[in-house]
Amino acid sequence: MTAAIALAIAAFLVAFLAYPVASVVYTAFAGGDGGLTFAHFVTFFQISLMRESFWNSLYVAGLSVVFASLIAVPLAYFTVRYRFRGAVLIQTLGVLPLIMPPFVGAVAMQLLFGRSGSVNLLLNDAFGFRIPFMEGLNGVIFVESLHYFPFILLNLVVAMQNIDGAMEESAQNLGASGWRLFRRIVFPLAMPGYVAGASLVFVKVFDDLGTPLVLGATNMLAPQAYLRITSVGIEDPIGYVISVLMIAFSVAALWMSARLLKGRDYSTLQRGGTSLQRRELRGFQAVAAYGWIGVILLLVLSPHLGILLMSFSKVWSFSVLPEGFTLAHYATVFTQSPRMIGNTLLYCGLAAFIDVVLGTAIAYIILRTRLPGRQALDSLASAALAIPGVVLAIGYLRAFKGLELPFVEGTFTATWVALMLAYAVRRLPYALRSCMAALQQMHVSLEEAAENLGASKASTVRRIVIPLMAGGILAGFVTSFITAAVELSATIVLSSSASQAPMSYGIYLYMQSIAGRGPGAALGVIAVVLVGLGTYFSYWLMHRRSAATAVQAHVPAIPATAAAQLG
Amino acid sequence: MNRRIVVIAVAAAMLSSAAQADTIAVVTSFPKELTEAYKKAYEKKYPNDKVEILNKGTSAGIAYVREQAAGSRPEIFWASAPDAFEVLAAEKLLQKVDVPSSGIPDKIGSYPINDPEGMYRGQALAGYGFMWNTRYMQANKLPVPKEWVDLTKPIYHGHVATSSPSRSGTSHLTFETILQGEGWEKGWTQILQIAGNCASITERSFGVPDGVQNGQFGIGIVIDFFGLAAKASGFPTEFAYPSVTAIVPANIAVVAGAKSTEAAKRFMQYTLSEEGQLLLLDPKISRLPVATATYAKAPAGYPNPFSGSIQAKVNFDSNLSQSRYYVVSSLFDQVITFRHKELQAATKAIQEAEKRLAGKANAQLEEAKKLAFTSPVSAQQAQDQAILAPFTARKGDEAGTRRKTQLEEEWSSKAKANYLRAAELAAAAR
Repeated sequence: MTAAIALAIAAFLVAFLAYPVASVVYTAFAGGDGGLTFAHFVTFFQISLMRESFWNSLYVAGLSVVFASLIAVPLAYFTVRYRFRGAVLIQTLGVLPLIMPPFVGAVAMQLLFGRSGSVNLLLNDAFGFRIPFMEGLNGVIFVESLHYFPFILLNLVVAMQNIDGAMEESAQNLGASGWRLFRRIVFPLAMPGYVAGASLVFVKVFDDLGTPLVLGATNMLAPQAYLRITSVGIEDPIGYVISVLMIAFSVAALWMSARLLKGRDYSTLQRGGTSLQRRELRGFQAVAAYGWIGVILLLVLSPHLGILLMSFSKVWSFSVLPEGFTLAHYATVFTQSPRMIGNTLLYCGLAAFIDVVLGTAIAYIILRTRLPGRQALDSLASAALAIPGVVLAIGYLRAFKGLELPFVEGTFTATWVALMLAYAVRRLPYALRSCMAALQQMHVSLEEAAENLGASKASTVRRIVIPLMAGGILAGFVTSFITAAVELSATIVLSSSASQAPMSYGIYLYMQSIAGRGPGAALGVIAVVLVGLGTYFSYWLMHRRSAATAVQAHVPAIPATAAAQLG
Repeated sequence: MNRRIVVIAVAAAMLSSAAQADTIAVVTSFPKELTEAYKKAYEKKYPNDKVEILNKGTSAGIAYVREQAAGSRPEIFWASAPDAFEVLAAEKLLQKVDVPSSGIPDKIGSYPINDPEGMYRGQALAGYGFMWNTRYMQANKLPVPKEWVDLTKPIYHGHVATSSPSRSGTSHLTFETILQGEGWEKGWTQILQIAGNCASITERSFGVPDGVQNGQFGIGIVIDFFGLAAKASGFPTEFAYPSVTAIVPANIAVVAGAKSTEAAKRFMQYTLSEEGQLLLLDPKISRLPVATATYAKAPAGYPNPFSGSIQAKVNFDSNLSQSRYYVVSSLFDQVITFRHKELQAATKAIQEAEKRLAGKANAQLEEAKKLAFTSPVSAQQAQDQAILAPFTARKGDEAGTRRKTQLEEEWSSKAKANYLRAAELAAAAR
């Protein structure tokens, strides 16, 4: 029975994850005569646009890490080092950017920080100069750093909290203090956490398709992969070469972060004393700290604020604030596109359902059975983390080309089923973690007791295991759901008809015309509210769960939600 | 068990009834406002048909049609660029249909509205011009431009925007119009001067109206409906046609090998009918109808290309355009898009020198202007098959591809050297 279920899960993962990705990799290396060749890679580097895109992607991802670090490192240091009341603020800062998909905020950022955006208009009036925040690639870097810095912040905070206070004391006894202490002792010890966060930021930025597309910066790898596959055609090898490069960078960065996070244990081994000593903020330090947090908070909130203003504004052009407010854009959305909201609920709901069913089953197989090769299921499911959305979608187009389903009009890849499965596969790792954690917290003796009382395996699972795991399963469902709701990379490749499109694609479509900016923003606000509520709900669920079972979760709930946002 | 049978029966009934209604899949590059309006109006008139909009960029649309098997292709292809329809027609992906079109003249100027072969039909007209943000112009004290040549003036330096013809069919048509209106060499000089004044060469054609609409740029070179729709949506923008402009049709065609050709014809007929043409006047759409009678219902001040309110001096020659399509696009990218920084700097230096010299003749300045604003391809070369052929080389023609790369590299490095030298010369001119 369990073996059959395990096989079925494996078949699902092979069909919808391993096989499409393998076909992408194969196509990138396939020669015309059926052999393998590097010729496509050579061609890739011969095309100047491709070389430019490659360097641009590296440049944008690299600089985004730098700017995200500039924001995150001081914030992390404040929280761990000083006793002050900003902790709640910083926690909020860790979540706020993540509930806003970067491509939604990107357009609003143009109005706030663009060449004639609010900030530059004010600057120009007062001082006679402008700052090119949003010119070309700057815009992508700016938007992405603001969106992804929480990954560094959250990982770094955990890493710093694990540093042994004795280390610091020894350094102080030897005469180190201030900046030197931070640079030579604290930061190196927190390095694994930092690198883990930074590599995640790098990968996310490198893979992001929506933000560059919305900002019109198409000379980067992800947009080029999308444009090649959609306009040159599914046979064009360059699109697959880009896909393979993107997978390679993702795998390398995630591998590095996983390795370094394991290495973190060395600091906890010698723990036993206190962690870093907390100090009071003194005069100017307090001013600087609160000032910095204030600035960051303002920056972080600007896409939210911008999109909200846009969704209510009649006309916003060459002025600091929009003039005239209206509810008309919301009316347009609700009359024109209620179907898109419905589609999102349907696809993401189904995807999340598949995720928790698979997640619960895999968790049970791994933790409660001795099935040979069960770890392989876990690895296979988690491998989805390393596959960029645009690559998985291209894989579907390639692997299932021309496949027709019974009872459904059109090919498989033209229906929403393909989109829904792509969501399910990409979000499975988060649901799986959540289900695993829930099952780990449940003592096996409860199941043994049920079986002693005569319950069969199946009814034990149904009546004991699943009800007790419910909190974790629900949290997994919500995380899968909200992250799928705002994903654009796979959506944009797999959506073809407007009536089957989900909200994220709708926002993108609206943003392509002048009259559509307002309704697009309104749909964006709806998406943000949906995701925000979902995030709060899952946070609340996890909080309640950990309180009820009195198990002190080692990782705070917010980082868990954040990690889930890795989509 | 009974219940299950009922469920299956109901499901089967639903599927079969769904199959009876005709679904019209429309591949289009047009914005949501336009497609939504047609879908709604058409479905209201023909409740048994269902319109399915597949919104794709023009080239993505071609790829999509090409990749579907005959019999499951979309019904309608609807986009601006006539070249896209030529490509589809050449690959036998369009079919000739007999749809009456009363009230639609054969020609606009000397340009045929409908494909002479009958493979596709003009559904709306579009002209090119500039759109400006009135607040931006006021804040920067800029006068309103009237002609393309106005955009070459120093006062507009850093205030103009356009997009690359290789990324957008509409901007290709704009520049081809200038080339046909002014002649190859004079045309390129003008294009280079305008580009030197540009703040940005945007990646997509929509980047231009979008930037003007929100005030990032002062003036943008755009297709008319972008300008008219922005104004109609209440933005502080204006739009005008310069006298050297072309009016060309945006087209619609029935795809060969579509599932339901009958329904496709019905839809095409609708878009050409009086009702369908009237939809174009919606302020958020603001396109020029092909049916002359529709203009009677247009609001005051609505441009009418049939009445002579738009003076189009250029009779657009689409064969000429097609023969050098890739050369124009590639040349633009090599000497403008990829070298924009250098071109901007050279233009700035020349404009400053002109101001400094205040009309005095100066050999260095003349030399600088010549270097910066001359196309590396002469009018004669532009007709030369040795240059044109490699750009239409088929995939796998290695010699052609190599020659093309070589030419591009040549243009690009020559342009860079010229711009740098021009900037030096202009800076030294006293």
